[in-house]
Amino acid sequence: MILSKLKQALICLLAGRVTLPYPAKPHPPDEGFRGYPEVDVDKCIGCGACAAVCPARLIKIEDLDQTTRRITRLLERCIFCGRCAEVCPEDAITMTRQFELASDQARQDLTHQCEIFMATCRRCGACYQPATPLDRIMQPGFRSDEIDRGGDLCQYENVCLESQQAENTTATVGEGE
Amino acid sequence: MLEELCKKAFFKSLWLYHTNTGACNGCDIEVIDVLTPYYDAERFGIKLVGSPRHADVLICCGPVTRQVVPALKRLYEAVPDPKLVVAVGSCACGGGIWYDSYNIVGGVDTVLPVDYYIQGCPPRPEAILHGVAVALGLLDKQVAPEALRQLPDSSESVPIED
Repeated sequence: MILSKLKQALICLLAGRVTLPYPAKPHPPDEGFRGYPEVDVDKCIGCGACAAVCPARLIKIEDLDQTTRRITRLLERCIFCGRCAEVCPEDAITMTRQFELASDQARQDLTHQCEIFMATCRRCGACYQPATPLDRIMQPGFRSDEIDRGGDLCQYENVCLESQQAENTTATVGEGE
Repeated sequence: MLEELCKKAFFKSLWLYHTNTGACNGCDIEVIDVLTPYYDAERFGIKLVGSPRHADVLICCGPVTRQVVPALKRLYEAVPDPKLVVAVGSCACGGGIWYDSYNIVGGVDTVLPVDYYIQGCPPRPEAILHGVAVALGLLDKQVAPEALRQLPDSSESVPIED
């Protein structure tokens, strides 16, 4: 009885201190941990792939006018699955290892908004995503100092995919007749 | 100086009552992890109690289901004043992936006034400890509202030529 207690005491003494000194010293998570998803707004092309795959449907995409698309992310609902970073064609979203997201106002602190320049379809007037980054640069209005040149760039056909498809269908039907 | 002194003088052991408002048990397990010797939240005076009448802090995990709303309100009333409500996990913060389900009311803040939100799915034990440290005033919070990044020439959109 006494011996076993002594043995227990010895084991406890030998074990030393096991508690993590966490809030006093930082304890970064291991490699591969998925934390706060950070967006590089300069890389984002506003294609909306992240909004399509997000399980929590927290990415809202709205077109303010014909060249501006606003992306709102309500990250208070984020489950850190990393699907948005996986599907992003431009690798604009990276899962950081930031996990210290505790706050007293989650809705204000964890809402991220950005505006993206989009091309305007010359047929239907909707926002669309140009096929290549070069096409995007050549859009009138992409650079603020080239707004005046808007008329010179008409050799580039600024037509969205849906309008092109619609036109092709009409053309084929017309030939058939 | 006086503020520092007040902080020390009024420093109090917080007793927690832990409730599951419809969670998948992930956050519950992490809350229990925090109380193990490895993370040891008890060094901050935190203790898990078995009755809401003994508690100062109500810890809610999970999205609030319709069934649990009356029970949660009764539970909140049973905790003596002054009291804190802490939402642990993405589901408790805003509803998580269930925010628009037919049987879910939303996050805990749709029913109770929430004082602290701890993000994660589930939050790491370190994240919960960080939330505890923020609540006790030991650390500053790491997140801040981000300014809306607007396009410089969004007002001067080019009219379309027909």
